Amino acid sequence: MHLQSIETAVQNRRSQPHQLIEVLQDVQESFGYISQEAMTTISKELGVPLIDVFRSASFYKAFSLKPRGKHVLTMCLGTACHVRQAKLLLNQALSQLQLKPGEMSDDGLFTVEHVNCLGACALGPVVVQNGTYHHHMTPAKLRKLIQSIRKTEKEGKDHAQNKQS
Amino acid sequence: MPRISSLKELEALKKKLQAERKKIKKTLTTCAGTGCQASKSKEVINKLRKELAAQGLDKKVRIRTTGCHGFCEQGPIMVLDPANLFYCHVRSEDVPEIVSQSLSRGKVIERLLYTDPVSGEKIKTEAAIPFYRAQDRQLLAMNRLVDPESLEDYLAVGGYSALIKTIGKVEPETVIEEIKKSGLRGRGGGGFPTGRKWTECRQAAGEEKYVICNADEGDPGAYMDRCLLEGNPHLVLEGMMIGAWAVGAQKGYIYVRNEYPLAVKHARQAVAQARAWGLLGENILGTSFSFDVEIARGGGAFVCGESTALMASLEGKVGEPRPKDVHTVVDGLWHMPTTLNNVETWANVPGIMEHGADWFAVKGTETSKGTKILALTGHIKNTGLVEVAMGTPLRTIVYDIGGGGSNGKAIKAVQTGGPSGGCLPVDKFHLAVDFDALTKAGSMVGSGGMVVMDESTCMVDVAKYFLTFLQDESCGKCLPCRLGIERMLEIVTDITEGRGRPEQIDLLKELAETVQETSLCGLGKTAPNPVLSTLQYFLDEYHIHIDQKRCPAGVCQSLISYSVNEEKCTGCGVCKRNCPSQAIEGQKKHPHRIIDDLCTRCGICTSECQFQSIAVS
Repeated sequence: MHLQSIETAVQNRRSQPHQLIEVLQDVQESFGYISQEAMTTISKELGVPLIDVFRSASFYKAFSLKPRGKHVLTMCLGTACHVRQAKLLLNQALSQLQLKPGEMSDDGLFTVEHVNCLGACALGPVVVQNGTYHHHMTPAKLRKLIQSIRKTEKEGKDHAQNKQS
Repeated sequence: MPRISSLKELEALKKKLQAERKKIKKTLTTCAGTGCQASKSKEVINKLRKELAAQGLDKKVRIRTTGCHGFCEQGPIMVLDPANLFYCHVRSEDVPEIVSQSLSRGKVIERLLYTDPVSGEKIKTEAAIPFYRAQDRQLLAMNRLVDPESLEDYLAVGGYSALIKTIGKVEPETVIEEIKKSGLRGRGGGGFPTGRKWTECRQAAGEEKYVICNADEGDPGAYMDRCLLEGNPHLVLEGMMIGAWAVGAQKGYIYVRNEYPLAVKHARQAVAQARAWGLLGENILGTSFSFDVEIARGGGAFVCGESTALMASLEGKVGEPRPKDVHTVVDGLWHMPTTLNNVETWANVPGIMEHGADWFAVKGTETSKGTKILALTGHIKNTGLVEVAMGTPLRTIVYDIGGGGSNGKAIKAVQTGGPSGGCLPVDKFHLAVDFDALTKAGSMVGSGGMVVMDESTCMVDVAKYFLTFLQDESCGKCLPCRLGIERMLEIVTDITEGRGRPEQIDLLKELAETVQETSLCGLGKTAPNPVLSTLQYFLDEYHIHIDQKRCPAGVCQSLISYSVNEEKCTGCGVCKRNCPSQAIEGQKKHPHRIIDDLCTRCGICTSECQFQSIAVS
């Protein structure tokens, strides 16, 4: 589901304060983060004080208050992945991209996040790239994955530029 | 599908579907659960559809796309029936051969067979695989038989029979008696007797009552709830309907983790189908019973697995728990009587109502009845979901089903019950999976996560891992949990970084006991368990860290150093190129060297080196 606007997310849920988290979920899914503007609209439409919208948006891990990159790399750090060295993967991604967790790279391409379990424990360590699961990951495989995303993005950009010129 | 307006009509439809299914001679079952999808099972299924259509077999052979079978590591998994032929690690390139050889000619493709890691033998049928054979798959077995997106499939395997038998026919009190008699206890971790919960909710006064399915499976290392809701959503729904009938609820909620997109999708579809068929809504199947279910997605807060925090979240608020002097069965969601059960608990209900309490209670121990699904992961040969009768010893699970340790290293411990549980050493492997036995040993069954750890795991690091997790997930409402976990983490971090002092062990114990006794909710009350259990069983590891400033497992970054084994190093330069700290020097084709001062012990070189020439000391 991709929403055209925040208005769509609050449609059919107006004046229903208990729908706050569902609305935030939809906004997060469509825009990749919860903007200040979104919070103001949600507050008005659902009848929830702005401070409570902010409180929920900042309390739950599912919501990001900052824009995220085009490619979100989610590292699972659950117990099963942890004992299979998932920490190395996080080190790899963060050092390769020179990022901190949750930060977006300057080119807007990457964000690296970590979660506490994706429920794919038998396949650990697991890395999810925009909804695609990569199992039995190693730092080397992850390095290649990041390189290949960069390459594809660069080619896409060059292609678009060639088209324009 | 037209609305079904009576129990009789549903019964007739079920019979018709069963007769139709019997005519299908050949079935190809492919798993499309989260695990197998990660191994590209969708590509296999698409190719299969095309191939069957091309060979004109699409009318004769049924392709069944199912949820998780529990053996994710072997994915994508395919089972050919009626021969029960089991193929694993199937790729889309294999499909034409499977169709032309196995399906049409009944020939076995050797390379796709499962190899038992213990005996090294190739195994042909699903039934003969030791991993499955040693289990008692009362709930999980059905996952392989139903397409989670098809209500017809669920009906055809006998689904909704318990509902037909129960609503409008059996008095709610009798239903509760049956559940009580079965001895069913909450599968989410608490182990509270389900029947007692239902009685209290039934007896509580309230204009409206609610039932909630807790699918906010936050315990890292446990995924049986994902598997059930994703693979057989109607089973969970049926359980909830019976529960609602018993306690007198008109409305239900499934609170599911948003990290499980497929479970959210299938639960939504199942609810929509059930509504369209008249299994949910006003006057279900022509009876006086009205009930509807809504799906709510969790916000990724571990504390929301706690009942009062979950209900706050459902009300659209921040997920903080409240004191439970008045139980949620009396004062729950919107201050109304509410019955909250875990996915696996709900999934057990239809079976009990269909076959009777005795059928259920035959399995298990004195105080823990039935079966329990466990998520067996970590350093073990066979990882996956395992369903066993309560009372099965840990040894059977780890060695007979799990096949023992992987990587050729000796198993040291098993961590059970997630962040609320503890680590049990090998000499406790005679203990049975039983709510009370494991609690007595300082751990718990919890939601059923079982992470096997071998010699390469540092137990102090495990304690640190869970404390880091819990500190991050503590909602911060009560002080003992908020600050107590933080202080414990500080001490354990000191120990893992070489600043530990002998007197800190006693301080750690004292803190742990205080947090246990004074925290507001279950999260804080059980938070010290990983620390206490590792202190109880692996105290020597703490002492080695403190006294000798050494990590025997070679895990704690501050206490280890990396060096290059010059004999093994070929000077290929891969480590040098990939070191993010430029801490490796050397010329091509000459042994390299690690500059200790620059090395951050990130471990990337160890995994990049193909010649195992990086040594940890």
